[in-house]
Amino acid sequence: MQDMRDPLLVMRGIVKQFPGVRALDGVDLEVRAGEVHCLLGQNGAGKSTLIKTLAGAHQPDEGTITFAGQEVRLTGPIAAIKLGISTIYQELDLVDGLSVADNIFLGHEKAAFGFTRTGDTNRAAAELLGRLGHGEIAPTTEVGTLPPAGKQVVSMARALSHDTRLIVMDEPSAALAHDEVDNLFRIVRELTAAGVAVVYISHRLEEIREIGDRITVLKDGRTVAVGLPARETPTREIISLMTGRDMENVFPERPAPGSHDGRPEVLRVEGLTVPGVVTDVSFSVREGEIVGLAGLVGSGRSEILEAVYGARGCSGRIELNGAPVRGISSAVRLGIGLAPEERKAQALLMDQSVAGNITLSGLGLYSRLGWLDRKRELADAKAQIDELDLRPADPSRPIRTLSGGNQQKAVLARWLVNRRKLLLLDEPTRGVDVGARADLYAVIRRLADEGIGVLLVSSELPEVLGLADRVLVIREGRAVHQSDARDLDEHRVLDMIMEGSAL
Amino acid sequence: MNDTRTLSAEPAGKAPAPASSRSVRGLGGARHLGLVAALVLLAIVGLVTQPDNFATSSNLVSVLALAATIGVITVGMTFVIIGGGIDLSVGAIMALASVWATTVATQSYGPVVMALCAILVGAGAGALNGFLISYGRMVPFIATLAMMVAAGGLAQRMSDRRTQLVRPENDAIMALSTTKVLGLPLLVYIFAAVVAAGWVLLNRTTFGRRTFAVGGNPEAARLAGIDVRRHTMLLYTLSGVCCGIAAILIMARTTTGSSTHGNLYELDAIAAVIIGGTLLTGGRGTIIGSILGLLIFTVITNLFILNGLNTSDQLIAKGLIIVAAVLLQRRSLRSSS
Repeated sequence: MQDMRDPLLVMRGIVKQFPGVRALDGVDLEVRAGEVHCLLGQNGAGKSTLIKTLAGAHQPDEGTITFAGQEVRLTGPIAAIKLGISTIYQELDLVDGLSVADNIFLGHEKAAFGFTRTGDTNRAAAELLGRLGHGEIAPTTEVGTLPPAGKQVVSMARALSHDTRLIVMDEPSAALAHDEVDNLFRIVRELTAAGVAVVYISHRLEEIREIGDRITVLKDGRTVAVGLPARETPTREIISLMTGRDMENVFPERPAPGSHDGRPEVLRVEGLTVPGVVTDVSFSVREGEIVGLAGLVGSGRSEILEAVYGARGCSGRIELNGAPVRGISSAVRLGIGLAPEERKAQALLMDQSVAGNITLSGLGLYSRLGWLDRKRELADAKAQIDELDLRPADPSRPIRTLSGGNQQKAVLARWLVNRRKLLLLDEPTRGVDVGARADLYAVIRRLADEGIGVLLVSSELPEVLGLADRVLVIREGRAVHQSDARDLDEHRVLDMIMEGSAL
Repeated sequence: MNDTRTLSAEPAGKAPAPASSRSVRGLGGARHLGLVAALVLLAIVGLVTQPDNFATSSNLVSVLALAATIGVITVGMTFVIIGGGIDLSVGAIMALASVWATTVATQSYGPVVMALCAILVGAGAGALNGFLISYGRMVPFIATLAMMVAAGGLAQRMSDRRTQLVRPENDAIMALSTTKVLGLPLLVYIFAAVVAAGWVLLNRTTFGRRTFAVGGNPEAARLAGIDVRRHTMLLYTLSGVCCGIAAILIMARTTTGSSTHGNLYELDAIAAVIIGGTLLTGGRGTIIGSILGLLIFTVITNLFILNGLNTSDQLIAKGLIIVAAVLLQRRSLRSSS
C-alpha cells in the first residue's frame, strides 16, 4: 500500500564540491511519507554532506530537491525548518546552560512583545515530552544535567515543536544504552504512524533491520542503490554495495609475509585499558612494520593511539624499545611521533610557515642555549620538503596555502627531522584527494622500509588492508582479531566490526 | 577531476605562483607601514599646530620618557597575548613593585637591591598569575583580574596609602632619568634594550617560537611535545619581570613609589598590542607593531597636552583609533588569505 504513495522528498543528481573534494557526485534519494528510510555508507561516503544539504546548511552546486510535489531551494536552515524538515545531529546541538523548555523552543520562542512567556513555554514543552513518552523530564531542568538519552529526547522534542513532516536522525542510537534504543524505536514508530517520514542513519545493521523500511546506499559521493527493502536485503549484498570499489593499484608493494618476524619489537603494548573505551588490548609493532587498526569510529582505535602517545590516561604496559612510556614528553623523548586525526586542530599552526611547522617538535636540535640557528633549521626543513616531494617546495610559504596532502606531508616531516622510531598515524589521508593519497602511501611505506615502526588508524578499510602488513580488528574497545593483512578482505573485516561474528 | 590524477597531482589552480607568497609577507610589512604612516601623520599635525613646541628636543625626550614605562610593560604584554593569554594585573604589579622597592627596609640596602627587589616582586606576582592559569586551570582574564585587585590592595597596605619618596642616598635610581647620553635619558636606553631583547627572544629563540605555537594552537603544541603549562607559566613570569623593570623606570621618573602608579596601564598596554596587529586570540603578532602602537598613543597624548585640549577628548580619540586599527587589520588579513 505504501508503494502507491507519492514520495514526500525527491533529491536528484545532487552535487556538492568542496575545495579539493567532490563530496557529493550525483546523489539520488527518495523518501515517502510514513517510512523509515535508512541511509548507509562508509565514512566519507557523503552521508553527512547529504543531510546537511537537506537541513539547508549546505547549498548543492547541482541537482534538484522536490518536497511534497514542489521543487524547493533550501537556502538556509530556517528555510528547511519552515518546510517541515528537522534534523537531529549526531553531536546534539543543545545549549547546556538553558532549560529543557528553552532549548526546545530556541529560535521560535513563545513570546509576546519580546517577553518570553515562561508558563506557555513550559506547558508546551511538557506536552511534547509527554508525547515522546518522557513526561518525567521536567521542562525547567537545565539541559546540561541530563544524561545523553535525555538530551536525545529533548532534541527530538525540538524537532517535533516545529510542524515537522520529515525528521533526519544522524546516528541517534550512538550515545544510547540498549533499553534506551528500544524507547527510541517506539518514538520513531509513533512518528511514522502519524505520517512523518524519518531518514535514519546508523552503522548498526541489526538496527536497520529492525526499524527500517527501505535503504539507500551511498559510496564515494554517489548513490549505488535506491530503495532496497531493509529487512530482506542480505548483509553480504549491503556490504559489497558499500565497499565494492574496483581496487586501483594505489598501494606500494609490501615485503613478503613474515619478513618482519625476526626483527626487534619497537612498540610493545600489554593489557592496555582506557576506562570505558578500551579493554585489555595487547599487541606489538616491529621495526619496519606497518600495523593497522581497523574498526568503526568510536570503537576505541583512536584512543589506543592516544594512549600509546601518552596523551590519555590508561592502565597496562606501553614500552618503546623496552622503556616505559609515561606522558607525551616521555613519548616524544623516546622517539614516538603522532600525526593526529584532526590535522588543522591538532597538528598545524596555520599562521606559521611550512618550515615553522616542520621543525616545531625538533626545535631543540637547532638551538644552543635557546638560541635558534635559523640557517640549519631552514636547511633541514628544505631537505625534508625535497625528500617527501612536498609541493610547492618553498619552506617560507604559509602552511594554510597548501593542499591537504601536502599539509599532511609537513606533519610527517615534523617527525622525520628528529628521527623517530615509531610513527602513529591517525586517519593520514583524511581530506586528501585520491591522486595525492597514493603519494602519501608510498612515503609511509618508504619510512617503514627505513626501519621505522608504523601504527596506522583509518576509517577506510581498503587503506588499512592495502597498506598495513598486519591488522588488528577493534570492536567496542577490544581486539577481536589479529592477522596478516593479506589474509583478510573487506567483507570479513566488516563482518567482524559490524556484526561481531568473529568467524 | 580525473585528468589531474597523476601521482603527486596538485589540484589544478591551487598552486599559486611564488610571487603571491611574497605579497602575503609584503602585507605584513604594509601593516607596519600603516602604523608608521599614522605616526608620521601625527608628527605633521604636531608640526603644524605647535611649530615652536612639538619638534623641540625637550618635547621629544618627554614623549620617549613617557612611552618608556608603559613600553616595557607592552613588551611583556605582547608575549602574553601572542601566547594566547591576557594580563590585566600589569599596572597593579608595577605599583606593588615600586612600593616594595621604596620601603624603608629595602631602601636601606641601596639602589641595586631596590632594583632587584622591584624585579623579583614583579617576577613573583607574574609567576603566581602563571601558576593559577596553567596549573590551577583558571581563565587568564579572571586570574589576572584577581591579581590586579589583590596586588593593588597589598601596595596600599604596604605604603599605608602614602607616596614613598626615594631617599637622597639612593639617587642612583633618579640618575636613570636625569643622566643623559647623546641627549636622551638613560631610561630611554633601558626601554630600547628591553624592546631589543624582546624582539630577539620572540624571533630568534625556541622560547619565542614556542610562544607562537602555544598561542596559535595549544593542542598542536601539546601533541608536538611542548610543555604548554610550563611555557604559559614562563610567559606570565616574563610579563611580571617587565612590570618590575617598569617600576624602576617610574621610580626614576617620579622619585617615588606609590600604590597609585600604573593606574589603567593595563588598558594602554593591551590597546597598544592590539593596534600593533597582534591577534587577541594569540598565535600571531610582533614586538615592533606593539611599540609603534604605543608611540601613536603617546604622541596623541602629547599633542593634546601641547594644544591645551581636554583630556576627555583625548580618550575619545584613543577609542576611535583602536576601532579604526582593528577594522583596517581585519581588511588586510582578509586580503592576505
